[in-house]
Amino acid sequence: MRGMTLIVKTTASLLIGFVVLFGAYIILTGHLSPGGGFAGGVILAAGLLLIVLAFGADPLRKGLGHNFALVWESLGAVGFLAVALLGFIAGTFFAHFIPHLTGFGLLTGGSIVLSNIAIGIKVGAGLFGAFLMLAAFRASESADKTEKGDGNDT
Amino acid sequence: MENVLPLFVVIPLAAGFVLPVVGLLKPGRFCAPICLGAVGALVVLSCMMFAGEPVVVTWMGGWVGQADPSSVTGIAMVCDGLTRLILLIISVVSLAAVLFSTSYMRSYTKVCLYYGPMMLMIAGMNGVVLSGDLFNIYVFLEVAAIASYALVGFGVESEELEASFKYLVLSAIASGFILLGVAIVYNLTGTLNLAQIGALIEGSEPNKALLLAIGLFLAGFGLKAAMVPFHAWLPDAHPSAPAPVSAMLSGILIKASGVYVLARIVFNVVGVHQSAVPAVLIMMGTLSLVVGALLMTAQWDFKRLLAYSSISHMGYVILALGVGAEQMAAGQHAAASLIMFAGLFHLANHAVFKSLLFLCSGSVVHRTGLRDMRAVAGIARRMPVTGFCTRVGSLSIGGVPPFNGFFSKLLIVIGLCWAGHPFLAVVAVLISFVTLYTFIKVQRYVLEGDVPQEFSAVTESPLPMLVAMAFLSVLCLGMGLLLPLHRFVLLEPAKDALFNGLGYARSVFGG
Repeated sequence: MRGMTLIVKTTASLLIGFVVLFGAYIILTGHLSPGGGFAGGVILAAGLLLIVLAFGADPLRKGLGHNFALVWESLGAVGFLAVALLGFIAGTFFAHFIPHLTGFGLLTGGSIVLSNIAIGIKVGAGLFGAFLMLAAFRASESADKTEKGDGNDT
Repeated sequence: MENVLPLFVVIPLAAGFVLPVVGLLKPGRFCAPICLGAVGALVVLSCMMFAGEPVVVTWMGGWVGQADPSSVTGIAMVCDGLTRLILLIISVVSLAAVLFSTSYMRSYTKVCLYYGPMMLMIAGMNGVVLSGDLFNIYVFLEVAAIASYALVGFGVESEELEASFKYLVLSAIASGFILLGVAIVYNLTGTLNLAQIGALIEGSEPNKALLLAIGLFLAGFGLKAAMVPFHAWLPDAHPSAPAPVSAMLSGILIKASGVYVLARIVFNVVGVHQSAVPAVLIMMGTLSLVVGALLMTAQWDFKRLLAYSSISHMGYVILALGVGAEQMAAGQHAAASLIMFAGLFHLANHAVFKSLLFLCSGSVVHRTGLRDMRAVAGIARRMPVTGFCTRVGSLSIGGVPPFNGFFSKLLIVIGLCWAGHPFLAVVAVLISFVTLYTFIKVQRYVLEGDVPQEFSAVTESPLPMLVAMAFLSVLCLGMGLLLPLHRFVLLEPAKDALFNGLGYARSVFGG
């Protein structure tokens, strides 16, 4: 994958910030409006896919590869468990351990906001990782040798 | 005590998600210790649960539910006698399987990607048995099932991938049935909480939609438990996985996601008075018992033979529970009590000796690379500890006296006679003979005989594998001989939880 034309690359680099921003907005206001961790995470993953589709394999070699997806997916899951466990501060599993105000601000959802952020990270990284895996299968005929190089950790 | 319940899901889940990251940092160094730590913690926690109240309930996020179904209801985790028994079985078998894996999986690459799904499978099974909520049972069932598809196909040979795909398709159909059943029950009762559904059904008229839902549950969970019309996936899936995973699939997964949920729904949620349900259980149980055993006799693949024997032994358990339900509906409480006790005892015993035998087959495969029993011989001479453990497992599963399999089969046969099913008792005894015959065949071909030329240099398996097998062998002997001691702690409360019937709702809501 060598990426697309200069026109696509320029448009993508202009768009990518807005896509990620919109994803973050959907995640952070998930407790107030339609959306939430899963939907926002899908938008974040779409932003990452935009980079890969426009610029080809270069970003994958610069740290945006399969291991990046694996690490952030695991961190998202552990973060979600941590939010659930921190509920014990307020008494029970999954209880709101930070005060939730009334109204429509960011802090009106209690620990739901934190859960949404964790889910958003997990879904975004997970979907991106799934895309990379499928792309690797697709390209496995040509890139078989390069794939095997880093795959032998016993 | 109730705050401990979520940890049964949190600990393996956290371990499962930390493992891939740790695997990137230091490949193969920390994976096994983390898993051993997590499973060890689960064993300690499940032993701790026996010290608490008889029924422990925890509500997620402090949303406490009421007995009245129209009230606000949170998500509950319930731990009663039956849950405790299954949790302990899951923890103990997982401990043996993880210990065995530390040596066995050295011949594989990407070991952290093996331990990850294994931990997720344990989290799913613990979630299924702890959940007090029909939909969460479905969710955790899927967690355990999806992890097990990955584990069955872990070897990525064409045969393993085929088995995994077949398992995936059939299991997904079962999940579809279960989800449809959940939807029907929710439409009928307006709640998903098991206790509230039980309370609503207790006072309601017989209902055809409910019968449809029960039929869907019987098919769905029957497939997960590999009952005979739905058994086709098991003889492919269980032998294809690495041996410790086979031990967990056969030893605990089919029980936690099949038999346990079926028993919970039939006894505690819809009640045994629903027409035809006990009869269907008896029929499915007898069919699995006979067909599984007859198919088993023709097998020459060691692990495939064990897989068929799992079908047959799940037949014993379902038959016992079905007869128990029938006797309970007829008001014969003493007979029902005995046969249900025997069924649960056999469930626990089967978990121990079947995991032991799968680990033994793994030990043989580890050293010889062969699963065909005709090609292997004289293992008892070259690998004495493996040979001895295989013998203990074979005698237990064949129902030879001092071992645990004898006592549970004896109790099942006595219970069947007492409940007025002499014909089924004769069938159970005959099938026990068939099992014994098959496992004499196993001993004759695998353990005895002259050591072939190519195996003359075969040595005993590494220590962790031997420890895991010896641990389960000791349990095989202990669970039978110490029955008078452990029955009041383990089995009687589990039987009482089922025997409580629709009183489950009152015990959950503290009435």
